[in-house]
Amino acid sequence: MAWANQDKTAIVGIGATDYYVRGKSWPRTINDMAAEAIMNACADAGISHKQIDGFAYYSTAGAGYLDKFDTASLMETLGMPHISYSATLTSGGGGCPGAIGLATAGLMNEDCTYTVTLMALQQLPQHRLGVVFGASAPSPENSFLQPSGLVGPGHLMSMLTRRHMHLYGTQPEAFKEIVQATRANTHNRPKAVRRNPLSDEEYWGSPMLADPLRRLDFCLETDGAVAVITTTMDRAKDCRHKPAVVHACAHGGQREWGRAFAWMGMPDPHFASSGHKFTADRIWAQSGLTAKDVDVALIYDHFSPMVLMQLEDYGFCEKGEGSDYVLSGKIRYDAATQGGVNGGVPVNTHGGNLNEAYIIGMTHIVEGVEQVRGTAINQVKDAEFALVSGGPASLPVSSLILRSA
Amino acid sequence: MTYGPARALPGDQIKITTNPDTEPFWEAAKEHKLTACQCGACGKFRMPPTPVCPECGSREKNWPTLPGTATVFSYVVCNKNPKNGEDYVYVPVVVDLDGAPGARLNANVSGCDADDVYIGMKVVVDWTPIQDGWVLPNFKKA
Repeated sequence: MAWANQDKTAIVGIGATDYYVRGKSWPRTINDMAAEAIMNACADAGISHKQIDGFAYYSTAGAGYLDKFDTASLMETLGMPHISYSATLTSGGGGCPGAIGLATAGLMNEDCTYTVTLMALQQLPQHRLGVVFGASAPSPENSFLQPSGLVGPGHLMSMLTRRHMHLYGTQPEAFKEIVQATRANTHNRPKAVRRNPLSDEEYWGSPMLADPLRRLDFCLETDGAVAVITTTMDRAKDCRHKPAVVHACAHGGQREWGRAFAWMGMPDPHFASSGHKFTADRIWAQSGLTAKDVDVALIYDHFSPMVLMQLEDYGFCEKGEGSDYVLSGKIRYDAATQGGVNGGVPVNTHGGNLNEAYIIGMTHIVEGVEQVRGTAINQVKDAEFALVSGGPASLPVSSLILRSA
Repeated sequence: MTYGPARALPGDQIKITTNPDTEPFWEAAKEHKLTACQCGACGKFRMPPTPVCPECGSREKNWPTLPGTATVFSYVVCNKNPKNGEDYVYVPVVVDLDGAPGARLNANVSGCDADDVYIGMKVVVDWTPIQDGWVLPNFKKA
């Protein structure tokens, strides 16, 4: 059944700081970077940041990781006269596009008029996301995980990946292709952290961090901030750019994925998956679309195999066929035709978390907006629908379909 | 790739905490008994131990002593000690516990080369003393 809020709100502003290699953003502070991203997004929308009256976040109630930002500090920092909506989608980066659904909820409830969704990230030496589990104090629950030496998200994704390779014959060459195909999209992106073409030799020579995954299968560790502004379609018409219409947005998940990789109890075939099947089914039902109807897919790529598993969960290919799908070139963007390759849908035309920057998924939303505006650096010709996903991670995960106005 | 012998992480670097829901598992481990949380009403197993049976809602629990054998469900090969970054080959595994269908443990496996670990490999519990007098179940090749 079509979503009740279909095409009623739109993302009208996008803004970011520069992207810094982990730790290099200091002496900037979290609130400094967050404020710059918000002000840039408001300028892009053609509104004053003092018109913001709503926040729709993801990733824990305090918002953010490591050094936190929150509504009260941002409101004071930016001099917003009043706030009438402040909501957070629980869990981690999997909630990124789902936060636009929270924004829509606030807007459709007439609680607010312009809502900001934000991630600001700073990984100083004393705290890095990559060792977040290993560095945290033991708890009764993680005492069933930490002692095994599964200390970071990449270790856990490697465990899922190994099972996928076992069940379906998935080849390491497919992971290489995901990294190379998305790296090929960053050579012309001025802010991208990794812009050089990636050779086979460089990929295979990349150190094994958690066999079967190499360093280059892991996303970047980045500092920076990204913000987007969502408003109602009526207000969107008065903004500077063509609106990126919120066509569908879903978050959630099913019990078989449950606590997922902090638990490792998932039965097959869920174990060797991205945990997105439930949310994928919901967003296709909401939108009336299928994977083949989207023009570009911005797929959360904190670890290369999780792109492959999302392609399966969203139905770009059948379960277990992700390796063949990727290896046939179908995630590539062809600059000459501004389209896909071999009947595929271009994936991560901005380079993704693996190559451009890792701001916990916000860059995928920005690219989705630019694609349906028609202003992307690697523009897909006549892009009407863009799919954006967040996660795989602990539930909820989420996804968003943006539509060209 | 040749990794050589798989070693469990050093027990003196490992610390755990417990709560009333999980403590029976760790108390049994001190006596070198492998157990898992079983619902006292419907008999379904769950791990890590949680307060309420997700199948039937009962708070009743059993802690049966399991055979101590298991099967590797998936694994990763790591080559740096996460505490200090030194070269150290260890193999985190997720195992299905014999006698407790649906219950899994995360652990290390040893007693073979890391290169020889495979999904479906039979393993047997191997007790590792850790900090504060607790004992951790790891596994050795059966």
